Amino acid sequence: MPGRRPPSRRVSAAGWSFVTPFLVVFALMIVTPLVYSMYLSLFRNQLMGGTTFAGFANYVTAFNDPKLWDGAGRVGLFLVVQVPIMLGLALIAALAIDSGRLHGRSFFRVALFLPYAVPSVVAVLMWGFMYDDRLGLTGSLNDLVGFDLIAPYTKQWILTAIGNIVTWEFVGYNMLILYSALKTVPNEIYEAAAIDGAGQFRIVRSIKLPAVRGALVIATIFSILGSFQLFNEPNILKEIQPALISSYYTPNIYAYNLTFAGNQVSYAATVAIVMGLVTAVIAYVVQLRGTRKDA
Amino acid sequence: MAGYSYLRPRKSVTLTVLLGVLIVYSVLPLLWMLFSITKTQPELLSSFGLWFSGPFALFDNLREVVTHDDGIFVRWFANTLVYVVVGAGGATILATAAGYGLAKYRFRGRSAVFATILGAIAVPGTALAVPTFLLFSQVGLTNTMWSIILPSLVSPFGLYLMWVFSAEAVPTEILEAARVDGAGEWRTFFTISLRLLAPGIVTVALFAIVATWNNYFLPLIMLNDPDLYPLTLGLYQWLADASGIGAQPVFNLVITGSFLTIVPIVIAFLLLQRYWQSGLSAGGVKA
Repeated sequence: MPGRRPPSRRVSAAGWSFVTPFLVVFALMIVTPLVYSMYLSLFRNQLMGGTTFAGFANYVTAFNDPKLWDGAGRVGLFLVVQVPIMLGLALIAALAIDSGRLHGRSFFRVALFLPYAVPSVVAVLMWGFMYDDRLGLTGSLNDLVGFDLIAPYTKQWILTAIGNIVTWEFVGYNMLILYSALKTVPNEIYEAAAIDGAGQFRIVRSIKLPAVRGALVIATIFSILGSFQLFNEPNILKEIQPALISSYYTPNIYAYNLTFAGNQVSYAATVAIVMGLVTAVIAYVVQLRGTRKDA
Repeated sequence: MAGYSYLRPRKSVTLTVLLGVLIVYSVLPLLWMLFSITKTQPELLSSFGLWFSGPFALFDNLREVVTHDDGIFVRWFANTLVYVVVGAGGATILATAAGYGLAKYRFRGRSAVFATILGAIAVPGTALAVPTFLLFSQVGLTNTMWSIILPSLVSPFGLYLMWVFSAEAVPTEILEAARVDGAGEWRTFFTISLRLLAPGIVTVALFAIVATWNNYFLPLIMLNDPDLYPLTLGLYQWLADASGIGAQPVFNLVITGSFLTIVPIVIAFLLLQRYWQSGLSAGGVKA
């Protein structure tokens, strides 16, 4: 059996030769910055007195920093509301396209996926214009109904407005991941189910949903990572609506501003590490829960 | 025949209409863009977004985009191409070789390597950006093209896709037969495996291209010099110019420039559809 006996030295060396170039870049571009930011987080930058060793003081500060937790709470809320909506829509679309009951399904697949190719700068720009209640489509809609039906550029709606942009960007991408998982179900299983007299909904519940489970866990984890890293959309929207988005609107925007506006590099590194840990723990829990009851 | 009717189900108008709503949502901003690029600046700010209005200004807008500020947009376009070809191209090559190596070779330390790389997928990219910036500034790499290219070369997700894809697409028997015939491992890779891996490679390449083409955070941190900007950062600059107090209103430039930015990437996706769709479903994200 290949793989059972110990690999020959020649084959083993060949294996390493394929992997090594990647590993070198990986070590330089991922491991080094990661270690460096851990190192940085142990120091303190002061206007006077320069940089001094601070132990875990930055971490204590971070855990008591209302600005950080304000941002973290916001992305947490974003995660709990936006991710289920986006993945729900993606799942419905994937099931509908896979059912074969749509007219022109390849058109549907491509049209839904298209926004993924649009850079976030352009996505925010387009939606940012359309949101405008004087110049954009929002204004046209409000004129049509005669009152302010929607007002994206207000304190209570701006997060929803951002959520809408992110949903628009990534629904198609997630649909494609789920759709690819559905494609791996062999046709014989559907034939057998049909012979047993299973209806559409029964097939969805007993065959299709279990089939996409693994892909759904992966999509969820990627979405969690994306939510906690939320930066591009609010930071670009800030150009259009500076009053609505603070310098600590999300933890990432906070870390960015600490570094480039506040010169607090060490504390910025601490913020990034704390958020990285929170993200990793949540992603890990999702993975455990998602794969536990595997059939 | 029940089985047959399931595999060739009746088309449903209701379902088509319901999903049509989602499609309208998906293409609405793009439609808005297509109408907007034909408008002059004043019309843009005063007319209904989803129809034509005023003189047909598309060609004037296009000319203005490529000539504004001594043709800086063309420069940004060329920069983006460099970042994509070198960065995404390099990332694809590295991920392909490594994913293949991990899938088809048993060697000491292999599972440790794999676990480390999978763990790295969970590291937020933005958490790396600040320390990378500081490291780069110490060795004088910030504000150079390398500061964008080097971090783009690593794609742990690409490696993961390639690993899953290689495991399925390249039969181990073929490699052993080649070995018996005395072919070197790299020779086998180039002459036999590469062709079998093609759909997977196109998939990984497309995702790397999108990531590089759309990159905004990294250039924002690394670059000061507008001559090095990619399209995304250039558009952001124009947007900031157009939105500030007492700003020069150049929204027609921003929107037409945005349109020119997404055209190539959309075309790439449409042309390579056949490949990436089979690349994804052949096991890429089965997990």
